[in-house]
Amino acid sequence: MTTLIDILSWVLLTLGGISVLIGGIGALRMPDLYTRMHAASVTDSMGATLVLVGIMLQAGWSLATIKLIAILLFLLFTSPTSSNALASAALLAGTRPLAESKQDRGGAQ
Amino acid sequence: MIVIFGVFLLTLLVITAIAIVRTDNLFVAVMLMGIASLLIAGNFFILDAADVALTEAAVGAGISTVLFLSALALTSERERSKSSRRVLSFTVVAAAALVLIYATFDKPRLGDPQAPVQTHVAPWYLENTPKYIDIPNVVTAVLGSFRGYDTLGEVFVVFTAGIGVLFLLGIGATPGALPKEQDNEGLRHYLIPRLVGRLVIPFILLFGLYVQFHGEYGPGGGFQAGAIVAAGIVLFALIEGERRALAVLPQRLLLGFMAAGPLIYGSVGIAGIMLGGNFLDYSPLSSDPVKGQHLGILLIEIGVGITVTGVLLSIFHAFAARGR
Repeated sequence: MTTLIDILSWVLLTLGGISVLIGGIGALRMPDLYTRMHAASVTDSMGATLVLVGIMLQAGWSLATIKLIAILLFLLFTSPTSSNALASAALLAGTRPLAESKQDRGGAQ
Repeated sequence: MIVIFGVFLLTLLVITAIAIVRTDNLFVAVMLMGIASLLIAGNFFILDAADVALTEAAVGAGISTVLFLSALALTSERERSKSSRRVLSFTVVAAAALVLIYATFDKPRLGDPQAPVQTHVAPWYLENTPKYIDIPNVVTAVLGSFRGYDTLGEVFVVFTAGIGVLFLLGIGATPGALPKEQDNEGLRHYLIPRLVGRLVIPFILLFGLYVQFHGEYGPGGGFQAGAIVAAGIVLFALIEGERRALAVLPQRLLLGFMAAGPLIYGSVGIAGIMLGGNFLDYSPLSSDPVKGQHLGILLIEIGVGITVTGVLLSIFHAFAARGR
């Protein structure tokens, strides 16, 4: 049973690490702000969740697990909010999404 | 393993520092400085200095970034073009760097048991904290009691810094100078951050109080707690408008907070003299010397927390009032 939990935990930690890596590559390679944010959100949502659940399995039923759950809840509330605020601030400041501006140009011709 | 993590974090820190120097965009520089603070905090943490890590994360990465951004709102986002004296400044920096690198050759190895830091006063503190003060967190015992003079000095540094900034920026929002309600709504029209902020702010304040009063048992204390509480109220000011934040904690009250910390700290010290001990000796405060130490540390930590909150919020409001 312990081995099973250990294996499961390491699988989750590895998947979380891979998600963070994918998010990082995406944030560097994507063409404009909105697609970059989309890529970076993989880090926040999948990466952080998988890593935290992986650590929870390592910690077992203890005070540490409760603290980790609190951190997870905090992240699940705040990171989408900050992404939303960032995207909406960018939109207000006049940054248009790439796809839309191409379409606009196509329509004008 | 610790060495690998440490080298990794310090390498990232060097990269961040070079990026800060090279960028022309001050907004980018502020963000990078937040990242640098977080990296240092991580480094402190893997060296088991949890108290310092918490302070660095709360003050360096958290509230300083906010204050830098509000300072940036008063000036331009671009750095001015470089002056022609680059050779001179480069020489000075290079010489200072060489001296520092030379100085590290005398440093003992990481974790060397014969290092002065392990053999000088630290063993005495570790042995005698259970006897004299009896709290689990030795850092708080050293900070609050054994080296209470140093911490008193730090509180006065924070207090003086607050006064200095307010002299430069002005005292901020006087009641007559408050803006009209519609000018200063913050993000009240914007639903999502407002809802989530309302949900999160009580927990931030609760966590601040936890850090304040749990400092004797775990990492934490007045400095960290003050920064966390100030961050919670800055968030409130951002989403509900500065006017409402000033209605909750008026500027006059914040100025009182600024002065209250040194006052409480000094009074606890003088109370020690009155009751027959030395300045900042807490043992006479209660019939049981150990209980007296507990009481003294609790009181001075409250003083520290109140001052830090007052100074940080006064500076924030002064910047915000200046921006109008």
